[in-house]
Amino acid sequence: MSIKFKQVSYIYAPDSPLEKKGLDNVNFEIQDGSFTAIIGHTGSGKSTLMQHFNALLKPTSGQIEIAGTTITPETSNKNLKQLRRHVSLVFQFPEAQLFESTVLNDIAFGPKNFGYSEEEAKKVAHNWLKKVGLPEDIADKSPFELSGGQMRRVAIAGVLAYEPEILCLDEPAAGLDPHARKQMMNLFLEYQKAGHTVILVTHNMDDVANYADDVLVMEHGQMIKHDKPQVIFNDRSWLQQHYLDEPQASLFASKLTGFEFSTPPLTAETLVQVIEKNLKE
Amino acid sequence: MSKILIGRYVPGNSLVYKMDPRGKLLATIFFILIIFLANNPLTYAIVTVFSFIAVAATGLRAKVFWDGVRPLVWLIFFTSLLQLFFTVGGKVYWQWAIFAVTSYGIENAIYIFIRFTVIILISTVMTVTTMPLEIADAMEWLLTPLKLIKVPVDKIALVMSIALRFVPTLFDETVKIMNAQRSRGADFNNGGLITRAKAITPLLVPLFINSLETAVDLSTAMESRGYRDDNGRTRYRVLQWSKFDLLDLGYFAILIALLVIFRTH
Repeated sequence: MSIKFKQVSYIYAPDSPLEKKGLDNVNFEIQDGSFTAIIGHTGSGKSTLMQHFNALLKPTSGQIEIAGTTITPETSNKNLKQLRRHVSLVFQFPEAQLFESTVLNDIAFGPKNFGYSEEEAKKVAHNWLKKVGLPEDIADKSPFELSGGQMRRVAIAGVLAYEPEILCLDEPAAGLDPHARKQMMNLFLEYQKAGHTVILVTHNMDDVANYADDVLVMEHGQMIKHDKPQVIFNDRSWLQQHYLDEPQASLFASKLTGFEFSTPPLTAETLVQVIEKNLKE
Repeated sequence: MSKILIGRYVPGNSLVYKMDPRGKLLATIFFILIIFLANNPLTYAIVTVFSFIAVAATGLRAKVFWDGVRPLVWLIFFTSLLQLFFTVGGKVYWQWAIFAVTSYGIENAIYIFIRFTVIILISTVMTVTTMPLEIADAMEWLLTPLKLIKVPVDKIALVMSIALRFVPTLFDETVKIMNAQRSRGADFNNGGLITRAKAITPLLVPLFINSLETAVDLSTAMESRGYRDDNGRTRYRVLQWSKFDLLDLGYFAILIALLVIFRTH
């Protein structure tokens, strides 16, 4: 049950002076259980694309197959709950969505909407509070008493709590310190390893290199490349041509003279390995 | 929703766009007042023709104006019908209980219909060709005399401009939060009145908190850039009268003259 986009186009404000193409004939297939990164510049259509995954936006033309549902321009706005239970979106700065009186209630909001009983919802909420690395004694605090980083985790726990098969994240680690960023990304990696599909919209090429096994590149509403990160970051001139950055390790390697790199190293580990190998020779 | 909130400004480049917002605001207010000068078929015809010329001068499609009139269509018809059935006097054409269609009634119904429609048309001419911020500036200028009686006109104007400035921001924020909660299974469209009212809490609480945060950020930003609310402030958007405003105000002056001459005394 992979995710399939077939000739998907989306137009903002059709037939008005403000008409704008959001997506332009996008075709791709994402495998189940993958960790897919979507990269591209601001305004390239990443967020528009993301909102199609759970039918917050419906294509102006084309067809999407996702989690057993087919979304077409004619799909009704009703009865989308089943789809949204399986495909969930975490927007940028998700801490803005907190509203309940206690942290626990806020995490339980999603599960309750998707048919968990009050008890079940509280139970999974407790569970995920721990899993995202928050101390248990904050469960009964107001979410607005927490620090920004803690609020972010509560918001993400609130989405993970009903365990969507497909999790789409828009810059989930933006504004976090490096340590918190790593923890958060590892949480998503674990979630993927537990048998879910993770889709990550990001500008951070290191996150792409470290975590993703599949990359979609967007530009002007079109998907211009779909490949493994090793292949995408291998083509330096193509990256430059499209004003995309390389991961830090690869950038470091390109500035390092006197060492041989057969392919650009994507992570710090591979960089170290290649340098050690070079030194031994 | 966005249409109501963001205002109805439609970008354009015709004659009406070149006019000063103060002139347009004054003309609109005067128009609404002087329309009551019309009291016979000829004067109503003059008013109608003048309004349609103003509409044509914007150079916009008729649909823009139809969108302006449409929300009020039922109100216009209802008011006209009331006039039609309840005005007494003149020749009686039809009568049943307290309802009667008389010649005065028919006349009044047509007048009310014209009056309503042209007022909406003329105010639409102003709102579609003037940016909300320009309207706020024009209102500030109109209120300036109140400074003499210590009304804080500058502050009121600042509040108006900030409110207008943040309408699109809050609108985006609303869409964002709605999407986030929808992703968590919230349902804003189904269920009865009470269910829907309850469903709106997850939207309102974050929106309220965000607005407070935005307000605090904005005041900090303004203060750190040296904003003071006392006198002697210069303006970024300076309003300037031009020959187009003579045209605008002259046009309505001619209308007043014609109405005064041709109305039944």
